[in-house]
Amino acid sequence: MTGTITASAIPFLAAAADRPETARPSGSAGNAGTTVSMRLNGQPYQFSVDARTSLLDLLRDHAGLTGTKKGCDHGQCGACTVLTDGQRTLSCLSFAAMNEGREITTIEGLATAAGELHPMQQAFIDHDAFQCGYCTPGQILSGIGCVKEGRADNDADIREYMSGNLCRCAAYPNIVAAVKQARHEMEKA
Amino acid sequence: MLPFSYERAETLDDARKAVSDGGEQPPTSAAVQFIAGGTNMSDYMRLGVNRPAHLVDINPIPDSSLRTIAITESEVRLGALVRMSEVEDHPGINQRCPMLAESLKLAASRQIRNMASLGGNILQRTRCEYFRETSWPCNKRDPGSGCAAMDGFNRQHAVLGTSDACIATYHGDFAQALIALDASVEILGQAGSRRMRFAELHRLPGDRPEIETVLRPDEIIVAIAVSLPAWAARSGYLKIRDRQSYAFSLASAAVALDLSEETVRDVRIALGGVATVPWRATEAEEALKGKALTEETATKAAEIAFSGAKPRQHNAFKVELGKQTLVRALMDVGQMRI
Repeated sequence: MTGTITASAIPFLAAAADRPETARPSGSAGNAGTTVSMRLNGQPYQFSVDARTSLLDLLRDHAGLTGTKKGCDHGQCGACTVLTDGQRTLSCLSFAAMNEGREITTIEGLATAAGELHPMQQAFIDHDAFQCGYCTPGQILSGIGCVKEGRADNDADIREYMSGNLCRCAAYPNIVAAVKQARHEMEKA
Repeated sequence: MLPFSYERAETLDDARKAVSDGGEQPPTSAAVQFIAGGTNMSDYMRLGVNRPAHLVDINPIPDSSLRTIAITESEVRLGALVRMSEVEDHPGINQRCPMLAESLKLAASRQIRNMASLGGNILQRTRCEYFRETSWPCNKRDPGSGCAAMDGFNRQHAVLGTSDACIATYHGDFAQALIALDASVEILGQAGSRRMRFAELHRLPGDRPEIETVLRPDEIIVAIAVSLPAWAARSGYLKIRDRQSYAFSLASAAVALDLSEETVRDVRIALGGVATVPWRATEAEEALKGKALTEETATKAAEIAFSGAKPRQHNAFKVELGKQTLVRALMDVGQMRI
């Protein structure tokens, strides 16, 4: 059954991600609706959403980009990490409306159109830096941020600067190794 | 989360005029509230603790003074919309006043520090579990309802500055560095601008713990100014937590030392994780001035700093932990070469 659900979900998600606008009503909150324009993984989007919508819920429920995960929804786990104008942020702690004009990068936007993985994605595979995989999209985006901030020079720095991303499977040693490998690859590029 | 409406302020004037219901209530319970980084506000709105009917987003305001870190010979001025990580990364601040940069680096996670504004950071609300969970009575959240922490699981709670109504800890780190250096804040409101000592911004809980600061609902912090004497280079922030990173402090100490050989000419001490508001330990400072900095004099100062502590059932360990944290911070900073 799981296979069936997954298979039928794929075309739906692809269609949702290609759609420039969502026609979702803004709920029953009277005048609480608001519009916001942003770029998601390089594509321009405009949304009309209830003001309560977090950036995380906008990505998952309105744009169909379900690669970004909801763990705690309180800024304590890092599973929802995305890049906002190139900087890593927590999408659960941002109201969608506050992202007017911003460029958001999610896990879906890292590989090239030809399917070549980002060095951080490849490094997580090479080092088996996950078990269940739920925290992995957030770990990968956070790892990219960590390298770009110049905080991936040694294991201690990587641990400190990746501490906002919890992994309940405790794949931490492999995550540190993956970030180190990706740093070398990203610096070469 | 309760429904609310949202607007983007394009100018500071827009922002302060958006709040017309000034009134007597504290900003945290006003109908119209400001949002900047949103890391604290969105969380507390989701929990039902903050319940604004209308949010004014001040991020679109283009004024560069809100986003600038300006250092002179004697002072640094930090715009209120500067993000925590910008100060953490700033080479001049790391060199001139390590305590400021360290207090930010050791706070939250890097993702949150990339988002959170300095103005919002100093106004962050307590992490008291009973305050955060709306099914419990809480005098700070629902005035007059009682305090579940008083005889509850109060391991995280304050031992200094408490009252019979509230023992919630002020958890911020940056604020400890600011109060140690006697920083000031620039504030803009409908009545114009004013500047006050940072030490006067937060209010002790007393019998009105719901009033956390002296700000009015229409007022916005626009900048923080910190004077930087040369000796602020000999400063540091020590933070003790249940885990090594990404946790609020159980006890912390912000320390700056002006030393002549081993003699303490001036010293600044602030204590985090143990008090209800940003906490400067002036009596401990006085006890050290003119003395040689040794383990003994540091311990004496720490005793004085915690002499007024009022522990509850589960947080008595904070008194000893707080003292040892301060002694270690003093000795570590004393060893710094500048």
